[in-house]
Amino acid sequence: METLEPLLTEHPFFRGLAPGDIQFLTGCARNARFDAGQVIFREGQDADQFYLVRDGKVALEVFTPGRGSAPILTLGAGDVLGWSWLIPPYKWRFDARAIETTRALALDGKCLRGKCDEDPRLGYELLKRIAAIITERLHATRLQMLDVYGAHN
Amino acid sequence: MTAGMPAGLPDPMLPTPWRIRRVRRDTRDTFTLDLEPVNAGDGLQFLPGQFNMLYVFGAGEVPISMSGDPLKSGVMTHTVRAVGVVTKAMSRLKRGDVIGVRGPFGVSWPVEKAAGKDVVVVAGGIGLAPLRPVIYHILARREKYGRIALLYGARAPGDILYQSELEKWRGRFDLQVEVTVDNVPTGQDWRGHVGVVTTLVGGAEFDPARAVAMICGPEVMMRFTVIELQKRGIAKESIFISMERNMKCAVGFCGHCLFGPTFICKDGPVFRFDLVGPWLSKREI
Repeated sequence: METLEPLLTEHPFFRGLAPGDIQFLTGCARNARFDAGQVIFREGQDADQFYLVRDGKVALEVFTPGRGSAPILTLGAGDVLGWSWLIPPYKWRFDARAIETTRALALDGKCLRGKCDEDPRLGYELLKRIAAIITERLHATRLQMLDVYGAHN
Repeated sequence: MTAGMPAGLPDPMLPTPWRIRRVRRDTRDTFTLDLEPVNAGDGLQFLPGQFNMLYVFGAGEVPISMSGDPLKSGVMTHTVRAVGVVTKAMSRLKRGDVIGVRGPFGVSWPVEKAAGKDVVVVAGGIGLAPLRPVIYHILARREKYGRIALLYGARAPGDILYQSELEKWRGRFDLQVEVTVDNVPTGQDWRGHVGVVTTLVGGAEFDPARAVAMICGPEVMMRFTVIELQKRGIAKESIFISMERNMKCAVGFCGHCLFGPTFICKDGPVFRFDLVGPWLSKREI
């Protein structure tokens, strides 16, 4: 039977991880597909999964009552969608919506947390990878906040 | 003779009169002027990345890069953002009005040296204007180059320059065009990327070992773009940036644009990153 192992190995988030570790994590993964316009999750919902985007495009959005939604970041192939599964209270802070047909690997956050508790070495490795993504996003957000194309620049 | 000046120009400090043939409003604060020489024989040839000093009579003079096609003779195109006294006065000019032109000045993008290689063009905001001639140059000789990626970041969808041209280029199979915006106003329909231009570098298609990168935009955007390009494996020696400082004479006389040991007007505005990079971190200059 074909498993998700090769797809997990291919994704940049898991690149370089030992085959044994990938095998250990495969049980937490499943394939996911979202049509253009489909909501993947909404702010306030339980963050019980996270997604490794294989192709397509996803927008992270913030909803303002009376004004509607505004995208704050788009993610594409090779990106990771969501880290709220890792940090209490495990709730999404933004909305996520596919803006193109998107294929992803969905990983069960609770299952993954269980595996990380079971194997702290692997847990530390995953945490380092997540921390690197958070750092990159933070840098990009800071740059975004500078409004570098504003009239004062 | 001043470096960067074509032979035959009598005095680099003397503006020649050019007439506005066409004005296009690109965005709420940016416009493009097509200029033609008032006197026959005053036509200029330029290289991608060079700039002219444009003189609005009664208001002053500003350095503006050429944004048109270097192969088109008889017309000189400049894209200008109305942010200061002179550029705001320029934005009020109409077809048929005359302005003074000195130039072209400065060092060009390394379009000839990049032949045979992949080219990554990264532009931010009005920084697309000085890079558009690079795209024209490459597309006119497409077979001479490897893969070409144009990565462009703007503040919001309404601030994107040359929208119809970008769409046309996006339709080509031999050119990767990715456009992102920092912000999308609530309720506006936008299907493109959202995020800073540096986030596009990871998805650009090029071979770092044989690629040349050309970057133009706000200095902070260029610094962060260089970091991302280096993460992809491009050597500092293969990265070129276009610098901007307070240029006055444009020929290295006055010293207003002195940047470390170099004059932006005469030794630049295009620099190889490894030669100018160390000075970017000097806060005093």
